[in-house]
Amino acid sequence: MSSEKTEVDFDVAEINKDYERLYGFHTNTDYLKNSTRGVSPDIIRQISKIKNEPEWMLEFRLSSLEIFNSMPDPTWMDGSVFDEINYEDLYYYASAGDKKYNDWNDVPEDIKDTFERLGVPEAERKFLAGVSAQFESEVVYHHLQEELEKKGVIFLDFDTGVQKHGDLIRKYIAKLVPQGDNKFAALNSACWSGGSFVYIPPGVKVEIPLQAYFRINAESIGQFERTIIIADKGSSVHYIEGCTAPTYSKTAFHTGVIELFAEEDAYLRYTTIQNWSTNVLNLVTQRAIAKKNATVEWMDGNLGAKTTMKYPAVYLAEPGARGRVVSIGYANKGQRQDAGAKMIHAAPHTTSSITAKSISHNGGRSSYRGLIKVNKGASHVKTDVECDALLLDDFSESDTYPTIDVRERKDVSVMHEATVGKVSDETIYYLKSRGIKEEDALLMVVNGFIQEFTRELPMEYAVELNRLIALEMEGSIG
Amino acid sequence: MNSPLLELKGLCSTVFSEDTDQQIPILKGVDLAINKGEIHVLMGVNGSGKSSLAHVLMGHPNHQITEGEARFDGTPIQDMEPDERARAGMFLAFQYPHAIGGLPVGTFLKAAVEARRSEEVPFRVFKRELDAALEKLGISKEFLGRSLNEGFSGGEKKRNEILQMHLLKPTLAMLDETDSGLDVDALKKVFHDVREFANQDNALLVITHYDRVLDYIQPTHVHIMSDGRIVKSGGADLSKRIDEEGFEAVLGVEASV
Repeated sequence: MSSEKTEVDFDVAEINKDYERLYGFHTNTDYLKNSTRGVSPDIIRQISKIKNEPEWMLEFRLSSLEIFNSMPDPTWMDGSVFDEINYEDLYYYASAGDKKYNDWNDVPEDIKDTFERLGVPEAERKFLAGVSAQFESEVVYHHLQEELEKKGVIFLDFDTGVQKHGDLIRKYIAKLVPQGDNKFAALNSACWSGGSFVYIPPGVKVEIPLQAYFRINAESIGQFERTIIIADKGSSVHYIEGCTAPTYSKTAFHTGVIELFAEEDAYLRYTTIQNWSTNVLNLVTQRAIAKKNATVEWMDGNLGAKTTMKYPAVYLAEPGARGRVVSIGYANKGQRQDAGAKMIHAAPHTTSSITAKSISHNGGRSSYRGLIKVNKGASHVKTDVECDALLLDDFSESDTYPTIDVRERKDVSVMHEATVGKVSDETIYYLKSRGIKEEDALLMVVNGFIQEFTRELPMEYAVELNRLIALEMEGSIG
Repeated sequence: MNSPLLELKGLCSTVFSEDTDQQIPILKGVDLAINKGEIHVLMGVNGSGKSSLAHVLMGHPNHQITEGEARFDGTPIQDMEPDERARAGMFLAFQYPHAIGGLPVGTFLKAAVEARRSEEVPFRVFKRELDAALEKLGISKEFLGRSLNEGFSGGEKKRNEILQMHLLKPTLAMLDETDSGLDVDALKKVFHDVREFANQDNALLVITHYDRVLDYIQPTHVHIMSDGRIVKSGGADLSKRIDEEGFEAVLGVEASV
């Protein structure tokens, strides 16, 4: 037994705090005076000018905006999700300061206080190799351990990346997620601000994680992070992103585009712990390519947001490539977690696995939407999909939309398993008969259900995640 | 005089059947008194209500007390939740313990111990107690990392129940057919551990279909249950008679119902 895990799991039942107190605060929003609502070529030009961008990036943005304006909403999801988006009402760019810092002591008090309350500097001191903290549209703090810098690791906010490594970014941007891939990717391509640019040189192993923390502070903000991570040959890296926001009555918007490139023999893991407030629409496109013998893993935890649409993908491009997605979704009252994964086997001798766990509660709705594609010629392929749904009451919903498209017959193994279950009264009774209170018993069952996800997290995040679930479920039993 | 640890007077109960959507009468007037320092064995044919009695006492959600009285340590338990009963000192070793995927045995045990004591138990303290119990019961530490009862063999499940009993130190431990599904060696070991547990400050209610457990445990009282009632009580000699003559002969016609 791992003693640490015992303590981790048990912390869960003892935490009794609410989202409002922990994450729901906001600080001064005077900086919005300088911002304009809505999106237009003028706004795009302004953003590009503020960032002092090269011409090619401005063109990339403007052409993306055109694509966005001409694109319909996705048709495979019911339109009610998109009807509530008021594009004219959003701020597409908001900056609380005009500088980025690499020492917390220099960060303006208000913003520093925000991240202190979220525990970001503390986490950095304890167990992170580098941290990026984004407040509204801009990264306000950025730091990478010196020894990694010396090894040639690049970990920058995306804006600075464009300034310093423009040629590299130009080569990689939109290679996996084209501007017109979907309406929201187009919008991101037009308005992006912040996010990370990461490059790990050949053979460099980054042993402890890099983290980006995304914070929305004001009402009606659109946050458009753009991230590219390149793990060069034989390198390895784990990147974690966390997100929170105060709750407002108006819809906020988080639309990220993330592109991961794992070169030969590289290992790249991207972990998300998404805990947006329930007025945020979280529409994110995440895609990766894995070259020869490379491994890409998406660990995707979706707890917050009003609606999440997110289907991390791995394009298995060369023999030996491996892709893995482990995801959990927690849909509470009024929430919709539409999550899933895509694996494209484009080469022989590639493997993939998807484990998707969803919990629906108080009328929340979780869906699994997945694609397994095995191209012609991609023989000797193995892929496993497991999606399990847990319903905590009789009026919550769960559904699965799996698509399996196999064009090759030679030695292709495709496994797909799906289960839907409820927590049985008998199970709760068993735990209660040991003195455990009902709400703690339910929590133990839920934590057990998502354990395949939490065990993949660094311990501190496992604690945090269990804590989040505990507060989501708090008061759910009369 | 002190009141008994467990006292049942004319206890009647029903169980809710999901198939028929009806309440079915099970216990039809059970009288029983158990004092500390005693070991009671409850026998009877299948369907006589033995296991139901245990679940009624532990507070199973489908079992309802409809009439009569059940007191534990002098307190009526009817309105107590199962967890309250457990914290008060009651324990039931389940015949079919539930499996919970992803919940490590070690985590579960710590939660249960802390719940039972209504206080946080420092990890070091817990570990010391746990290690001692594991050693005593001959259970490997690897066991603790496994998901609770998931993929456990029948024997492992039963030993896990006994481990919990040792850690939680109930004052009344009810064992529901703990002997079923065990081979002779495992049976011997498990009941050796049960015997070790019994002392002057606690009591056992051992429910069994077979009298073979009596080779391993010395009861102070033996009861025979039939059609929701305790129809005969006596000492250890009663079970011997059942062994030799069979339920029917000992009880007369009523046992054949």
